[in-house]
Amino acid sequence: MIRIRDFNVRYRSGKTENHVVRGIDLTVAQGECVGIVGESGCGKSTLLRCLVGLESGWTGNIEIDGQSLGAVRGKDDLRRAQMVFQDPFGSLHPRHRIGRALSEPLRCMGLPGSPQRVAAALKEVGLPASFAHRFPHQLSGGQRQRVAIARALIIEPPILLLDEPTSALDVSVQAEILNLLSDRRDERGLTYLLVSHDLAVVAHMCDRILVMQNGVFVEELTPDNIRLAKATHPYAQHLMDVSLLSDAL
Amino acid sequence: MTYVPLPERRSLRENLGNMMGATGRFVADLMREPLGRAGFIVVMLLILIAIFAPLIAPYSPTRQALGSALQAPSATHWLGTDEYGRDILSRLIWGTRITMQTILSISAIVGPVGLIIGVTAGFFGGRIDAVLMRFTDIVLSFPSLVLALAFAAAMGAGLQTAIIAISLTAWPPVARLARAEALVVRNADYVNAARLYGAGKLRLIFLYVVPMCIPSVIVRLTLNMATITLTAASLGFLGLGAQPPSPEWGAMISAGRRFMLDQWWVALMPGFAILLTSLAFNVLGDALRDVLDPRYTRK
Repeated sequence: MIRIRDFNVRYRSGKTENHVVRGIDLTVAQGECVGIVGESGCGKSTLLRCLVGLESGWTGNIEIDGQSLGAVRGKDDLRRAQMVFQDPFGSLHPRHRIGRALSEPLRCMGLPGSPQRVAAALKEVGLPASFAHRFPHQLSGGQRQRVAIARALIIEPPILLLDEPTSALDVSVQAEILNLLSDRRDERGLTYLLVSHDLAVVAHMCDRILVMQNGVFVEELTPDNIRLAKATHPYAQHLMDVSLLSDAL
Repeated sequence: MTYVPLPERRSLRENLGNMMGATGRFVADLMREPLGRAGFIVVMLLILIAIFAPLIAPYSPTRQALGSALQAPSATHWLGTDEYGRDILSRLIWGTRITMQTILSISAIVGPVGLIIGVTAGFFGGRIDAVLMRFTDIVLSFPSLVLALAFAAAMGAGLQTAIIAISLTAWPPVARLARAEALVVRNADYVNAARLYGAGKLRLIFLYVVPMCIPSVIVRLTLNMATITLTAASLGFLGLGAQPPSPEWGAMISAGRRFMLDQWWVALMPGFAILLTSLAFNVLGDALRDVLDPRYTRK
């Protein structure tokens, strides 16, 4: 479904060059959920943003659904992958009602943005249809993230890119959102690429987990590896030890 | 078939009610602070006076009565008369029309022009930003009074000339403000999300970025109105604004200057009107900022 070959991201400012992502290869099969973990600044979010075309300045080869992608994306390219952002407070337009937030993607894609379609999308993420008349500031963080997921799913992309979808939420709400994501995936056979720094989240959600450090993947793990806290690469082991430590506290 | 509940339809009346409710809340917020309340009431009064000037003014603003020239304030002429025996109160009331007309037409030109230039520069960035902002800087360095003098020389003095001259120099601050707002908004996640679902550039600018810039632009425009009042009066004082016999406040001060020591009311009354108007707009602008822009909330 997703094939990335020899992928590099470099940011230049004056004479200094920042090599953020260094020669990554990544393949995600259809219906698979792959997690990427790593500390802040290791390049995991940059990878997602390049994948959907929000960042330019990358080199290499990105293939989604067998189609090679360039820097400029057409509507067909955009419909193949949508993204859920980390901060539910910044990802909804403060002056658009929820109904508008959900009908805009349909309208932009040239699909009918009927109130029935919006109501169905809200129901799918477990929100009542009456929420269509509310403004984002009248919703809690978890409810907003549900709306953001509904917005990403409403144009029916086969791939969903999740950029730390739960790290801005309360622990109790995190589980709800993760379950919602799992249910939608089972229902629609979606492919997920999930970026997180929370090992518990990726172990719960993903089939495979890639550990990223300084712009390269250093290890591939299974959820069982994480549960048993077993890794071969010292950095991956260190991440797990730190995570266990914080869980124990 | 799954059952999908329809969102309840809202009637037109309900929507209108909602809008009225929002406006009501907005005015209520504005009225909470004593200064904001004072500014709002004075500006509303000025607008009403401008609209109903013919009904309110006790005398004609232009009819001369040389027999009663330069009379001190009294029961028949509350604010006295000028050197041609015209009632100063009536002239001030009619002058409100000229002032309000000037302020509103300048704001109607400056607001959209500044907003569009600023948002375009901020949204696109790069070379477009550099070109537009350097142009803005150049215009910003023109003193509006000097430009108005040049304009008056070229086109002949008059209210239109004054309006054009002030408009030409008043939009850069608005453009800068709109650019600063657009720079923040263009990288917001909700704009990125809109890019991901294929929203076009025009759609992004007008439906996503502009609505976020409007509140601060309105505040800026209201504060600008105080400056515009003063500049328009200065142009009138120099004889470059509305021409006699129209009762322009600046021109009235200019005429009254000759009698300042003995007949103080001729110059003082229009001066007081100018002071009150620009003060009201300033105070209203400050209060609007508190209501519209959460970053500047007092307390």
